[in-house]
Amino acid sequence: MLTLEPRQKASKAMLYLAPVIAVAMTMLVGGALFAVLGIDPFDAIWTIFFDPFLDSYNLSQLFVKAAPLILIATGLSLGFRAGVWNIGAEGQFIIGALASGAVGLALWGMEGWWILPLMAIAGAFGGFLWGMIPALLKIKFNANEILVSLMLVYVAQNLLAAMVTGPLKDPDGRGFPQSRNFGRNDVTDLPDVFSPLGLHVGGVVALIALAGALILLQKHSLGFSIKLTGDSPRAARFAGVNPSIIIAVCLGISGALAGLAGMFEVTGPAGLLTTTFPVGYGFTAIIVAFLGRLHPVGILLAGVVLAGTYIGGENAQFTLQLPAAAVTVFQGMMLFFLLAVEILVSYKISFKRRAV
Amino acid sequence: MSVLLDIRNLSKSYPGVKANDDVSFSIQVGEIHALLGENGAGKSTLVKMIYGLVRPDSGTMALNGEKFAPPKPFFARQKGVSMVFQHFSLFEALTVAENISLGMGVAPNRKELSARIRTVSNEYGLPLDPDRLIGDLSVGERQRVEIIRCLLQNPRLLIMDEPTSVLTPQEVDILFGTLRKLSENGVAILYISHKLDEIRTLCDHATVLRHGKVVDTCIPAEETAKSMAEMMIGAELEMPKAKEFSPGDVLLEISGLSLASDDPFGTSLKNVNLSLRRGEVMGIAGVAGNGQDEILAALSGERKVAADMIKLDGASIGNLGPNERRKIGLLTGPEERLGHAAAPAMSLAENAFLTGRIRKGLANKGFMKHRKIADFARQIVEEFDVRTPGIRVAAKALSGGNLQKFVIGREILQDPEVLIVNQPTWGVDAAAAASIRRAIRDLAEGGAAVLVISQDLDELMEISDTFAVLSEGALSKPRLAEGLHVDEIGLMMGGQLEGETHADA
Repeated sequence: MLTLEPRQKASKAMLYLAPVIAVAMTMLVGGALFAVLGIDPFDAIWTIFFDPFLDSYNLSQLFVKAAPLILIATGLSLGFRAGVWNIGAEGQFIIGALASGAVGLALWGMEGWWILPLMAIAGAFGGFLWGMIPALLKIKFNANEILVSLMLVYVAQNLLAAMVTGPLKDPDGRGFPQSRNFGRNDVTDLPDVFSPLGLHVGGVVALIALAGALILLQKHSLGFSIKLTGDSPRAARFAGVNPSIIIAVCLGISGALAGLAGMFEVTGPAGLLTTTFPVGYGFTAIIVAFLGRLHPVGILLAGVVLAGTYIGGENAQFTLQLPAAAVTVFQGMMLFFLLAVEILVSYKISFKRRAV
Repeated sequence: MSVLLDIRNLSKSYPGVKANDDVSFSIQVGEIHALLGENGAGKSTLVKMIYGLVRPDSGTMALNGEKFAPPKPFFARQKGVSMVFQHFSLFEALTVAENISLGMGVAPNRKELSARIRTVSNEYGLPLDPDRLIGDLSVGERQRVEIIRCLLQNPRLLIMDEPTSVLTPQEVDILFGTLRKLSENGVAILYISHKLDEIRTLCDHATVLRHGKVVDTCIPAEETAKSMAEMMIGAELEMPKAKEFSPGDVLLEISGLSLASDDPFGTSLKNVNLSLRRGEVMGIAGVAGNGQDEILAALSGERKVAADMIKLDGASIGNLGPNERRKIGLLTGPEERLGHAAAPAMSLAENAFLTGRIRKGLANKGFMKHRKIADFARQIVEEFDVRTPGIRVAAKALSGGNLQKFVIGREILQDPEVLIVNQPTWGVDAAAAASIRRAIRDLAEGGAAVLVISQDLDELMEISDTFAVLSEGALSKPRLAEGLHVDEIGLMMGGQLEGETHADA
């Protein structure tokens, strides 16, 4: 009989290696999957995992994809550390984009450097408010934040659809369900910072957020309280930590950062609001957070890796006629293997004869 | 009656101590046999040998006339020997039935198991719902889970290690009913305790251990509590020595403290009154689950009460939170080391910051002063002889005793005005326990006031100046510990708060 036995001590090296092994296993099993589909596995793996980092056009897309993932994952990781499970970053991302877009459209035609920052504030605030809904419901009624935040994603999607076919529809858009194009208006176009890597202002903000999270977690007592709450809620209360505040802070910050990511997306790479605007960054960021071991440096690396799979996956669709769902399968596999490897880091499998 | 288990000349030594020395006695089929002795008399070692957790150095055992030398508990269980430990091994996040099936190796399907649990629990009068989560159960109910886990294996000998130390009087009655029923059904019970009254009402025979040796046997019903106490303690039945006790001003005053427990199985506090003076160590005795956790929560600030219910140095503080209370010098050490007093996965340094932040000035505008935190952690480790490879080690990696020294040291080194500790030496080895008690006395002699909540009467007698008993959420009137007789304490603990009628403190 197979049993799992806790290890005396988890190997430290393995703890860091776990994400690497998970990625390697994903390549292996993914390759096998391609072979079955009749696609050359080496070619496919190369296209998805390595090409994105070797080709200058692909590199110029890297931070375009990585920025929102990193920004959202940074916020999520704080909550995950505290045992507050915000699964609805996708919804907060959409609301952030909607709120900032609405502000941009309201000020359409005006000039001024302050318009973009104002849109950013609106985006962050929108995401924050959307995140506070599960927070308040959890604090007041102990409602499960996993369910509430996830359900609110679908509410946000429908709200987006209603807005782009209604109040926020482009009046000159010949009836298409989309907003005006922020990217074609200098006032609302998000500036690039370093185009060879696709680094726009949002990417810089993401890096700043990472640094902020690093300082918060390692140097500040609020970060300590967050970690303490995750490790032992009772000890946290004993240390004078108010659990309601931790819930509000974690959902608030992760909502605000996701909203901000939504604003960068709508003024940057996407350029406008459409019903197909959300591409799942909010969900993929959950994988990024865990693949990065909830640590800011890890999140940076994981964000880049996952961004690579987005780019590689798109390329593979063209060159290898890979189905679009392949990337999602890959990302799911990665999380699956990561969780499996992590179990094996803290437990060992033992073969035991059944006791008679 | 026939002999079930015969023990001949068992000996077991540990470095520096002879835990069992030539122990012989036998247990009859269906009898309730008491193993009586003080803490450290060798009771636990003896039963661990019977249960196969420890191999004897020499000597033999025979079960039903056959040689019995279990190399592992598994073999003991197969032969019909089961044991209920003082500390339970249950997963809080799983249900009763799931926990029981985990211990079974080959588990029947869940429905069948639940049905069997219900049958056994009804049969023996141990109410238990197989679908409840362990985390929601009281300590007494958790013990029932352990007992039923044993009963499902149809044991012939059931070993119970200090089962009542965690029970309320009502739960004790239920347990005794169950044990008697088992005995009628032919199951022998080896009952370990140092509570004389219990043994007198429950047990058919008693074997008395002292310093690892069998010093006497008796039929408890024919003895008095005093005569058995003398067998157990020997000639040296010594009452607490007079301590130098000249209390100063009142520091902590609790008046009319009532608090509904937030745990459905907890005990609400009922009009608790006490005043604690500088230089005073007050011991609060009582069986676990009689409001100890609640009193600690009310004093630590985890539960807020009306401001006037608790006063420190004249100021009303009942409505303050934990850190505001720390600021003015009221520190607490909860019973549960891991997961309450300390965060398991966090390092000792981080755990030093956990309560030391305010009084030790370990943060500046919220930013942690890592060097100062490390210094404080190192100071605790050094001054309280915490055996650890370093201060970056996770709290859960330390042994219970070492972590306890760390947790108590952390509070004492913050120079509290008032220190409240619950079970300060629970599960701690004798040497560590002695040093913790020493530190508590020193703190009081330095002018602080200390409240020690404990279930260990010997400990309370050793360190307390004044003494009170917590029973069903009510506190007896405190009285001087000096001159207090064991019998009186027993009566107070039994729920009859005699202390109220002739209090003298």
